[in-house]
Amino acid sequence: MEVQFPIKQILNEDGVVVNSEFENEMTESLTKELYIKMLRARMFDRKGVNLQRQGRIGTYVPFEGQEAAQVGSSVVLKEGDWMFPTYRDHAATLTYGHSARNLFLYWKGYPIGCVPPEGKNIFPPAVPIASQLLHATGTAWAEKMKGTDRCSIVYFGDGATSEGDFHEGLNFASVFNAPVIFFNQNNGFAISVPMEKQMKTKTIAQKAVAYDIPGVRIDGNDIFVVYFETKKAMDHARSGNGPTLIEAVTYRYGAHTTADDPSKYRDQEEAKRRRETTDPLLRLERYMTNQGYFDEAWKTQVEEEITKEIEQAVEDMEAFGPAEITDMFNHVFHTPTWSIQEQFESFQSRMKEEV
Amino acid sequence: MSTAVKTQKLTMVQAITDAMATMMREHDDVLVLGEDVGKNGGVFRATEGLQAEFGEQRVIDTPLAESGIIGTSIGLAMNGFRPIAEMQFLGFIYPAFNQIMTHASRIRSRTLGHFTVPMVIRAPFGAGVRAPEIHSDSVESLFTHMPGIKVVVPSNAYDAKGLLIASIEDPDPVLFLEPMRCYRSHKIEVPEDKYTVEIGKGARLQEGEDISLIAWGAMVDVVKKAAKEMEEAEGITCDVLDLRTLYPLDRDLITESVQKTGRAVIVHEAPGTGGVGNDVVSLINDTSFLHLRSPIKRVTGHDTPVPMFAIEDHYLPDAERVKQAIIDIVRF
Ligand SMILES: Cc1ncc(C[n+]2csc(CCOP(=O)(O)OP(=O)(O)O)c2C)c(N)n1
Repeated sequence: MEVQFPIKQILNEDGVVVNSEFENEMTESLTKELYIKMLRARMFDRKGVNLQRQGRIGTYVPFEGQEAAQVGSSVVLKEGDWMFPTYRDHAATLTYGHSARNLFLYWKGYPIGCVPPEGKNIFPPAVPIASQLLHATGTAWAEKMKGTDRCSIVYFGDGATSEGDFHEGLNFASVFNAPVIFFNQNNGFAISVPMEKQMKTKTIAQKAVAYDIPGVRIDGNDIFVVYFETKKAMDHARSGNGPTLIEAVTYRYGAHTTADDPSKYRDQEEAKRRRETTDPLLRLERYMTNQGYFDEAWKTQVEEEITKEIEQAVEDMEAFGPAEITDMFNHVFHTPTWSIQEQFESFQSRMKEEV
Repeated sequence: MSTAVKTQKLTMVQAITDAMATMMREHDDVLVLGEDVGKNGGVFRATEGLQAEFGEQRVIDTPLAESGIIGTSIGLAMNGFRPIAEMQFLGFIYPAFNQIMTHASRIRSRTLGHFTVPMVIRAPFGAGVRAPEIHSDSVESLFTHMPGIKVVVPSNAYDAKGLLIASIEDPDPVLFLEPMRCYRSHKIEVPEDKYTVEIGKGARLQEGEDISLIAWGAMVDVVKKAAKEMEEAEGITCDVLDLRTLYPLDRDLITESVQKTGRAVIVHEAPGTGGVGNDVVSLINDTSFLHLRSPIKRVTGHDTPVPMFAIEDHYLPDAERVKQAIIDIVRF
């Protein structure tokens, strides 16, 4: 099966093109756009980790190392498409147009953090592993019934493939020919559990065979292969040919969450080595340098712009004020039931007494 | 003729580890399985050191699938082992609901005792630790409503060790709920040797005359605080009960206490509607109605999902709410 599902690459680790299928489309402007979006994601992520360390937000889930997988796959979405992220996919949601302020507020424990900008079909992060695959199938199925060419993309990890919902999601999409992209980020670990303990299969892509849908295995740190393969899968879905399973092989450099200590279960040298060799940003830098359009002054200028944007988002997060307590009562139902109404009133009278 | 019992100071989570190690040393058929329980020692460190001591055959990192963990544990339990299955959080037990409801809890009755499921499901639960969404639910009543499974909730290290050993020894499935807020809140003396705390027996933590305060899990500290402040400020003395087991309830303890005080406040963090507090009210109605001097009050979570952590403190009952309830019914 590893032979049947070889890892596809466009750029190798040195930034050299090893597959020229899409070379015509790899323009300077696309390359720079992808680079900027990855850098933006990385800087957002590092800010998230810092804010947690400073106690300005709660537990945070970092994704450093997975930028190419998330940016390359989300940048090809069109307005109106559906996105179903996990708790680790803020690079994808940010790229697709989520508000950086709300993403930070999510990790500060604010209900508004789950709310996407108007017009963006972005689901709140899926916390129960693999449950979101079925929603992606459902929304895609609905688009098909409505006769649009919209599709859904759903993100999930290697661990998620063990849950029943993973299999049900693929099977439903297969049976109903739903336009959905199952985008797996195989970062090698589900918290402490390595892939070889999670499953006996050597690839995740091969699981597509059981549902008779296309399965592709790609280098998830090569933004070009992520971009073009996701685009291909989307065109396939938009033209009525149903779902695709993409396995993007990647690695998370940091901890599972800021509450996790990876030195308990894996060799920290490995993460260090991978940063130096397989890092998605470095790889694109190498390519751009080879192409003759990477220079440090440009990068510094881009960094400055991103810093400004992120600092503004942090400022907005902190200027937001206290979380709205009444959100707890107001949105359980369209019309509150008598018991919630009563609890709300007694809550309000307690608050008045406290003042 | 008492021989001194050797004890050590432990947090509740350490006492839980100690209970599992104690039973695993004594019985080869006791297994631990779940997500990240091996090398990582569990996300709360509840299984720390167990894989090093008992090996990968007995302390098993499973694939990430709760239905898989509990479904296979049922098979293991029916065929000679005593699995302790860890759910990483109670909020993630739902994929296994089918297995617990339709199999674990009723194989004994379906086969007239031919097959049994001596299994323990451990799960951290409850709000108040600033956990992300879904991690903080208190859904104990989903399981007390399930015929065929016992539901146990310790609030301190001593009870946790004794109750977990009793749960492992129990011939039937037990859901062992671990309030996250209590994991490291206190360190108390715990016997080094094996002992049990009987399932189905609550504890009276404090004697009082005016009112019975009934709670479990993380709410025990809340009612203790309220009781202390009521006595200091108003001279009202409270009989404080920690139920420790939610199914079966300790009918004798509740009855005796309420018949003495004639008043009761029940405190739990789960939503009021459908909560275990309602079973306690029914029990008091059945046994002690004519002893009551005022209506019973419940102080509970709201009928809403546990909100995100920036506002979770406004969801959880606190000592102020309990004190208000006490005043309302003592002055009724
Ligand atoms: C149903 C369910 N079970 C357990 C958990 C606890 N948990 C959170 S993340 C995680 C590991 C997920 O691994 P993977 O799917 O590979 O994604 P990654 O975190 O590596 O991105 C676990 C077990 C959960 N969130 N949901």
